[in-house]
Order: sequence, then C-alpha cells, then structure tokens
Amino acid sequence: MLLLKNLRLGSHPGGRHGIAGGESRDAIGYAVAALNRLARSDLLDRMGLRKQTEHAVFTLTRGGFRTATSAGRVFARAGKRGRAGHRAPHAPSREVFDLTPTDDEQMLVDVVTELATEIVRPAAIDADAACAAPTEVLRAADEIGLPLLGVPESLGGVSEERAVLAGTLVAEALARGDLGLAVAALAPGAVATAIATWGTDEQQQTYLPAFTDPGADAGVPAASLALTEPRALFDALDPQTTARRDGDALVLDGVKSMVPRGAAAELFVVGARVLGGRGDPPGGANVLVIVEAGTAGLSVEADPAMGVRAASLTTLTLDGVRVPESQVLGAVDGTTYAECVRLSRIAWCALSVGVGQAVLDYVTPYVKERQAFGEPIAHRQSVAFMVADIAIELQAMRLLTWKAAGRAAAGQDVARDVALARRLCAEKGMQIGLDGVQLLGGHGFVKEHPVERWYRDLRAISIMEGGVLV
Amino acid sequence: MISLDDPQKLRPLRDQAHQVAMNMLRPISRTYDRAEHTYPQELDLLAAMIDGLSESGASSGAGASGVKRDETQDDDSGAAVRNGANLASVMGIAEMCWGDVGLLLSLPRQGLGNSAIASVGTAAQQERFAGLWASMAITEPDAGSDSASIRTTAVLDGDAYVLNGEKIFVTSGERSDAVVVWATLDRNLGRPAIKSFVVPKGTPGMSVERLEDKLGIRASDTATIRFEDCRVPPDHLLGSPEIDTGQGFAGAMATFDNTRPLVAAMAVGCAQAALDLTRDLLAQAGVVIDYDRPAMAQSAAAAKLLQMEADWEAARLLMLQAAWMADNRRANALEASMAKAKAGRMASDVTLSCVELCGSVGYSEGELLEKWARDSKILDIFEGTQQIQQLIVARRVLGLSSAELR
Repeated sequence: MLLLKNLRLGSHPGGRHGIAGGESRDAIGYAVAALNRLARSDLLDRMGLRKQTEHAVFTLTRGGFRTATSAGRVFARAGKRGRAGHRAPHAPSREVFDLTPTDDEQMLVDVVTELATEIVRPAAIDADAACAAPTEVLRAADEIGLPLLGVPESLGGVSEERAVLAGTLVAEALARGDLGLAVAALAPGAVATAIATWGTDEQQQTYLPAFTDPGADAGVPAASLALTEPRALFDALDPQTTARRDGDALVLDGVKSMVPRGAAAELFVVGARVLGGRGDPPGGANVLVIVEAGTAGLSVEADPAMGVRAASLTTLTLDGVRVPESQVLGAVDGTTYAECVRLSRIAWCALSVGVGQAVLDYVTPYVKERQAFGEPIAHRQSVAFMVADIAIELQAMRLLTWKAAGRAAAGQDVARDVALARRLCAEKGMQIGLDGVQLLGGHGFVKEHPVERWYRDLRAISIMEGGVLV
Repeated sequence: MISLDDPQKLRPLRDQAHQVAMNMLRPISRTYDRAEHTYPQELDLLAAMIDGLSESGASSGAGASGVKRDETQDDDSGAAVRNGANLASVMGIAEMCWGDVGLLLSLPRQGLGNSAIASVGTAAQQERFAGLWASMAITEPDAGSDSASIRTTAVLDGDAYVLNGEKIFVTSGERSDAVVVWATLDRNLGRPAIKSFVVPKGTPGMSVERLEDKLGIRASDTATIRFEDCRVPPDHLLGSPEIDTGQGFAGAMATFDNTRPLVAAMAVGCAQAALDLTRDLLAQAGVVIDYDRPAMAQSAAAAKLLQMEADWEAARLLMLQAAWMADNRRANALEASMAKAKAGRMASDVTLSCVELCGSVGYSEGELLEKWARDSKILDIFEGTQQIQQLIVARRVLGLSSAELR
C-alpha cells in the first residue's frame, strides 16, 4: 500500500534523480520504479537476501542525514563592542614588475610544498573516498600556522601586512598535493582571516584566541565561510539567505551549500542579505554574519559532491537563527561582502593553479614512458601539443592569479582582475582536467591514477564561492 | 616581490606610444591598407622622432631595435630587479600596434633585422650597424617553419662570403637599408652551419624581385629577394664564424628568443584595438560586463567579452614575463614561445569574434575591425607559427630533443 502511495505521489518524477520537470511516467516507468523501490527496501534484508550494511549516524559520504551543528567550545565575549578592530596594513604598492616571491614567501612555499608532497598527496585517495580529512593532515597544517596566515602579528597571527600574496602562494602549493584536503586545511583560516580583516575589537578578541592560542587539547577549531547557495545560475552577489532585523537581533533564514567541514565547524561566517533596518538600502545589502555552531535553528547535512570531497562538504540550513546585531562582520553596505567574494575567488584560482600543476607534473613522465606504436606517446605531436597547451595556459592562469593577489594586497580595486583570473582558471583549469585524463586514456578513467580526481576537483573552480579566503 | 602591474617607470613610455599610435598611425591606418606598396611617408618623421627620443635617453622601445641582451654587465644575483629595454620594447610595440601593426612593421630602423643584430652581433658589429634599417630574410620558397633546411649558401672566397639563394616574405625588404640573411656555410653540417649576414642594399648580386599582395598588414611591404654571387665582407657575418656543432642551432635561433615576445606584443596591441572598440560598440547596444557577477548569468555577448579580456590579459602577462626574464638575463626561450603561442591564437579569436559581435559594422570597411581581423592572422604565423611554438614548448616541458619530438 505504502509503496503504491509513494509511487503515485511520485507520478511526476521531475526534480529528483536528475530528472527535469517535464518528464512523466508511463506504465513501464511505474513498473520499473516499483522494482527499484523493492530492491532498496529492507524486505530483501529480512529475507536474508542481502548483506546488511551499517550506516553511521552522520555519514559524510552521502546526503540526507541532517543534524544540529556541533556545539563546540564556548567563545567567551571579550573586547569592546563597536570599537574598530586591528587591521593589517596594506602591502605597499609596487613600482617594479617582478615575479619573484619575497624570501619569507618562498620559505613558506617550500614548507607547504613539502607538506603537500609528503603528507597531503599520500592521504588524498582515502580522504576522497571517506569525504573526510585525516586528523594528522589537519594537525600538520595547523602546526605550520596555515590558519593564522591572514591574521596580523598584533592579533597573535603571523603576518605584518595583508598577506594576500602569501595566502595565494600557499593555496597553490597545498592544492598541488590535493584540492579537497587543501580546502579542508584552509577552511578555518578563511574564517580567521575574515575576522582579522573586517572584525570589530569585540569580534577579534572573542573569536581569534581560539585560532591563535587554541590550547593543546582543543586544537584550532573547524570553521567555515559559507557563501554558496544551491540553485542554478547562483549569483554570489544576490544571496537569498536573509538577515531580518528584529530589535537588536538579526534573524537568519536560508540555505548555504558547499560548506567545507560544516558538520565539525564550531564557527561560521555566513553571507546574507540584510533587510528591514531603517538605515538599510531598499532591497537590502549583502553582509557577512558570524554565527556560532550550536545556535538554535542551525542544522547541517552532508552534501558530498563530484569533487573536493575531502573537504567534507555540507549544506547549512538557517531556520530562524537569532544572533545579536553585533555579529555582523564588517560594513553593512555590501562592500565587505563584495570584497570577501573577490578574495575568496582569488583563493580558488590559486587552488586551480596548484591542481593544474599537479596534472602537468603527472602527465609529463607518463607520456614519456607510455609506449604505443613502438615509441613513447610523447613523441607524437597530438600528445605533445596537449602537454604544451597545459603548460602555456597553466602559466597564464598563475600570472593572472598573482596579478589579482598583488593588487588586492596593495588595496587596489580588483573586481576586473579577479573576474579575468576566475574566468581563465575556470575554463583552462577544466580543460587541463579533461586533458589530464585523456592523456592517460583508459588508465586515466580509473582510480589507480589521480587524474580522475583532479578532473572532478577542477570542475569546482567556477562554482565555489567562499570556503577559502586570502 | 611579486607585482604584475605595468612598471611605474615605463608607464610614461607606454602612454607616449599610445598617443603616437592614436594621433599618427590611426589617421593613416586605412589609407595604407588600401594603398598597398605605397611607402607611408609619414613614418619618416615618426622614425626621426623615435631616434631623437632614444638618443636623448628619454625612452627606448618604440620599435624592434630596443631589444638587447647585454651580457657584459655582472650577473650578480643580489642585484635589483630590472625593468629595462625588453619590457619597454614589448610595452611600446603593443601600443604602437594598437595603432596599426602594418605601419609599425614599416617603421624605418626598427626592423626585425635590427633585433637580430642586437641579439647575436658582437659589440663592434652593433656599433658599426647602428642607425641602419635592417630587415630579416629567413624563409625560402621550400623552407618556412623548417628553417634548418634553408638552401641559401655562403661560401668563403678570399676576402668575402659569396651568397647564393632566394628569400621570400622579407618584411620591408625593399624599403630597408640592409637585409639580415640566413645562409648555410655547409649544407652537410646542418643547423650549426647556419649563420646570419648583414647585406647592405645595393650590394651587387642582390635584387628585389617582387612584392606580395597580402590578406593583412598591407602597409608593410613583403619582398622576394634573390642573391646571385653576392659578395659580402667577412665581418658582416653576425657573431662567430665558427661552426660549433655543440652549440647546435642556438646561435641563429637566439634571435627568436628576442623577437617572439615582440610579435606577441604586436598581437596584444592589435587585439586590444579590437577589444576597445567592441567594448564601446557593445555598450552602445546596452551590453556592459559586470565583473562581479557570473558570466553565465549575463548576456552571451558580455560572457564572450569577458572570455576575450581574460585571454588577452593572459597573453599580455606572458609577454611581460618573457621580456622581464630577458631584462633580468634569464634564459627565456620557453617563455618567449609560450607568449607567442598564446598571443597569436588569442589575437585571431579576439579580432574575429569582435567582427562577429559587431555584425555588419564589424565586417564593413567603414570601421577598422575587419582590418584588424585580417592583420592579426600573420601574427600567428611569422617568427614561428602556432604549431612551431607548441613544438618548442612541448620539447622543453617534456625534455625531448628535436629528433625525438619532430
């Protein structure tokens, strides 16, 4: 009975299983759908026809399990509400065209490259399958101070000035190991950087100590910058998550997707459109809001995707979440929000460059060793030219990303630079992912080689908003 | 310290070149596109002005003679980062080609032969040939991209080399004062035996046979030159006369490391002209890019414009990178080829797409868009075709020899 009822309800199959809305079921369709349902029911199990598999209470490898966000540590209020926070000064404007990183930046890149090679890459395949980053990878990233990269010394961090370039170089180096793990490792830093860059004294004193001085047991908290929303043609500057003013509080409603480590996160920075205040522009303005995990109305659901799986992607639902007005991070006129979107896009571009480099590094020896027709396939122009184009476009991606990062560090307007970098990295990055698999042929299609993972990961670049930040 | 903005000290030069291009080249651009083979006399004045600027030290790099690889200076690694003649050249040339590629190529004393002299000539030769307008003669009827298989010979006979052979596609071959000719000292010894010779106009045995009618860059003359027992003094051989088999093709090919970023600059300039005008025309049609919003959520025209701007910026930064490396005396053969490959294909896509976006306005001779779409094609061909650049990049990236990857 129940089965039939369910089926009838489902006579318009559109909207689920990737079926478009116009489809309808006919007789054969009903019969097949019923079979499918039976196959999935526990009837077979009770009859002992199928081995039972265990489900974890919260599994990251498939969707559908919703839970409250993890109520972690208590962030003790500190600092002065309304007083401006510390700010890292902008890097000085450079007068000379130069492609040489500073000594400090190079040292950082060397350390992160070693981490990426020795620890991240070997862990990547299992992390991809498990949709989770191993503790030792996250701990290693915390130990070398990655979450503090965007936090100035005056706030207990490591940078003397806006470290956009250092962050860009680090993201690139880390993603050369693995994109998913890089996103997982950099996610807390995105929140720390946002609070260090735009926070009030109160926000900085309340939240940054957890990152700068977490204590041996607790470790750096998982945290996540949530900007993406689940719909076609999503425009980051047009979020449908709302922050309604209600007295001294903001009430948040909406859904955020592709939120890295959302189930473990103790702190979120959420993008929303603020509405209803007297001073707000008509139609509202985009803002960032700090939301502590465990706040009533907040729930999280695993949302594994095509790639970036090691980042434990989740969907974050905000249902009447009340936070004090003082939790707004930065300006309420939309400028902080727009800046945050741009800086996050630079980080994604840097990640794509790292993955692209991984592809080039991998296919280069492969095509020289793989024999066909009595010689290495690299001796054929159709193969060699593919590699040449990867090298050319990859370097172009890198230069555009560096240019945007350098200008952002110096406090210049980067809307156009970021758009161009993102466009090139999205298009050419995906092409590199495609060609990486193609160059290995059938071997590229199986998980014995990492190129299929990079193919899945590189599709993310033009889609992701937030999650990482420089 | 990483920074990819245009260097501050070269911005005045860039802006100057832009003004020259706008006020001197654009007004005569269509005229000499129509009047192919007619010498643009306006360029004499411009060339004199550029000479004056170079002598005063106020600037360099409006033309191809600006490139230099000064090996005499100390190569101390601690030295400051240089933004020098190579960067100035690519930035200046890009602006001039925003004006008109064909006219830039016709500029007296700024020929690609001048780049060859600057690249491989000895100090004494550079001094002797200073002020000369030199064009470049490499291609032959049966040897284009495969420049190692040229048949023009140079045989030492007493006090002179005797040249015999036919060269085609010599840019400004008729107008220039001299031609830098590639010839082989011994066809059996392959690439290392290929040397370049400066042959002044009027040398007996050298004759300009024909001028080509072309798709684009029609302001620039393209000549066929024949050498019949043409005798040139031994010191007109650029660089060393030794046939160094260990060095391979490197000697003559070093020219290309310097000239390829210049051709990339031409492509960047030509494409920018098309982009600038198209952006304007699209704005009149109500299409403006919003850089913060996803391209897919804007009009197809805006999305195409964004993609073209991204590719253009990519080519320009690769061009600047190649020139910056030369300024800082780093080997840049790979980066020079990357820049030319990207810029060449970018310019074709951009100029052709701009014609399409602008419809009949783009296709008509009433605007210059159709001209730029014709001019740009050669930039993906001369100084090494797209495919030759891919071959060079592939060999370097894969670490394969020319025997392995042919």
